[in-house]
Amino acid sequence: MEQNFLITINNLVKNFPIGGGEFTALNGINLTFNTGEFVGFVGPSGSGKTTLLNIIGSLDTPSEGSVNVLGREVGKLNTKKAAILRRQHLGFIFQTYNLLPVYSVYENVEFPLLLLKMNASERKKAVMDALVWVGLTDKIKSRPAQLSGGECQRVAVARAMVKKPKIVLADEPTANLDAANSHNILKMMLKLNEELKTTFIFATHDDKVIKYLKRKISLEDGKVIQDEIIKTNKEK
Amino acid sequence: MLAIKLAYRNLIGAGLRTWLNVFVLSFTYILIIWQYGVIDGWNYQAKFDMQAWEFGNGQYWQRNYDPYDYFSFEESHAAIPELLQKATSEGIVTPILISQGTIYPDGRLQSMILRGISPNQKVIAIPSAELNTKSEEIPVVIGRRMANSCKLKQGDITTIRWRDANGTFDAKEVKVVKIFNCDVPSVDAGQMYISLEKLQEMMQTPGEATMFVVGENSAMKDSISGWKYKSIDFLMKDMTELIKMKKVGGSIFYFILLLLAMLAIFDTQVLSIFRRQKEIGTYIAMGMTRKQVVGLFTVEGAMHAILAVIVGAVYGVPFLLWQMKIGMTMPAGSDDMGIPIAKTIFPVYGAGLVISTILLVLIITTIVSYMPAHKISKMNPTDAIKGKIQ
Repeated sequence: MEQNFLITINNLVKNFPIGGGEFTALNGINLTFNTGEFVGFVGPSGSGKTTLLNIIGSLDTPSEGSVNVLGREVGKLNTKKAAILRRQHLGFIFQTYNLLPVYSVYENVEFPLLLLKMNASERKKAVMDALVWVGLTDKIKSRPAQLSGGECQRVAVARAMVKKPKIVLADEPTANLDAANSHNILKMMLKLNEELKTTFIFATHDDKVIKYLKRKISLEDGKVIQDEIIKTNKEK
Repeated sequence: MLAIKLAYRNLIGAGLRTWLNVFVLSFTYILIIWQYGVIDGWNYQAKFDMQAWEFGNGQYWQRNYDPYDYFSFEESHAAIPELLQKATSEGIVTPILISQGTIYPDGRLQSMILRGISPNQKVIAIPSAELNTKSEEIPVVIGRRMANSCKLKQGDITTIRWRDANGTFDAKEVKVVKIFNCDVPSVDAGQMYISLEKLQEMMQTPGEATMFVVGENSAMKDSISGWKYKSIDFLMKDMTELIKMKKVGGSIFYFILLLLAMLAIFDTQVLSIFRRQKEIGTYIAMGMTRKQVVGLFTVEGAMHAILAVIVGAVYGVPFLLWQMKIGMTMPAGSDDMGIPIAKTIFPVYGAGLVISTILLVLIITTIVSYMPAHKISKMNPTDAIKGKIQ
């Protein structure tokens, strides 16, 4: 019997034009992901991690093959439908946080809910819940410029999680953080993954992140070279 | 609705940058409204003065009369028809007899126009009642410009010469009994007012007139044989054309102002596209469609114009009202230009002027904001997120 996966990737190829020719960033990727996974694409720079994450996030399209996210073929979505998919089901966390600089912490976290046209009372509750998860209830009026790197990333996590998406895509989320902040953020994400059953997909080459992964997919030159399930201490 | 909410947040959040643009735009509004208000005020005052002092509510011209051809004056007088006699006795119209003459102030010579007017008329504002002054010499009334050019003062006696209907030259002493102030040069410069009966006697044209001025409260425009009715629109044509020209000149200033303000908005929006690429990428990643992002940036630009109305109202309304009260004093000599200009022009701000200025600035700001915003639709979201310049 065929299993219904959250994400299915078949023979994915992604080429980018460079000069007169083409650069192949991803070559023949086949992967599936289930609900509640805590998975990371691991590999050196240029291995295709971010490209793969962008395609899953419908920010980019495959050159060949298919990527099915929550029953939608990413390559066949027009820009509007791709935007709706991201708005309803996907959360993004970026290496440089990408917080809206003129918004307060509260407004940054509230933003995805405004796009979902959620009513004001539900919105307020959801934002406050998200800020409780990340421990930033005392900073709701602060602007991103007034926060530390760790706090900014916690706001970014709250913003990604506030709408309780099915999938969160995190691109090098700890690259700009010190060790203590990295561990705090990762523990928080792991907790949210376990409590809300949200699928987290990372693109990283940071050992601190790798230690927390439950599944590690190693990429090299655009190809999957290893896909391993990592047993926790309890499972061992 | 979402675009308005987010645009408002973005603008308020951007702080000084927003307020600088808003101030420039509000300044544009106020300057445009003020400048057009001054022109409209001038127009209003000029028309009011010309009607009060010269045109009334229209004129009847003897069929040969041509105000631009002084040689026609000798042939352009005729007996007052019955209908106009009746209207004159009712005070609805006032007859004027016009002739060429020469004045010799202090032995010098100057051409002028002699205008015979009834001392009891109340149709136009010439202080003709002064012509009833008892004097050995002929009492005359002149305006300030005439007095200045002939160096005459009230009470001065001088000689005038004219030619009567038979072509005979004659001369007499006149006494200046009144010098009046008037903003309409054609009423004042080179004009001398004398009692109608006296001029008819001097000209040997008893019971004749060159033209009639219809009172402002009368709608009389019946056709009369041998006399041509000239409507107020016809009489004001030159002035209307002049105001129109002035408005065209003003429009260049208006256009430059608007261009500067639009440049500020366009610059802000274009810079935003580059400076806010990361933000735009983030909007797209979070699920905004490209159309929504274009809409957001367009509304942001347009909202500058709306905020400018509010900011402009705060300092502009008191300024415009103050200007309306104290008026704008015209520089010395401006009344020598031959066009009716009051010493102080009081601006007039109509609702149409205010609304059309606001709408024009709003529409142009929106268009100017849309153009760079449209570029966003071509932005690659994956590069935009990283803030890579595209």
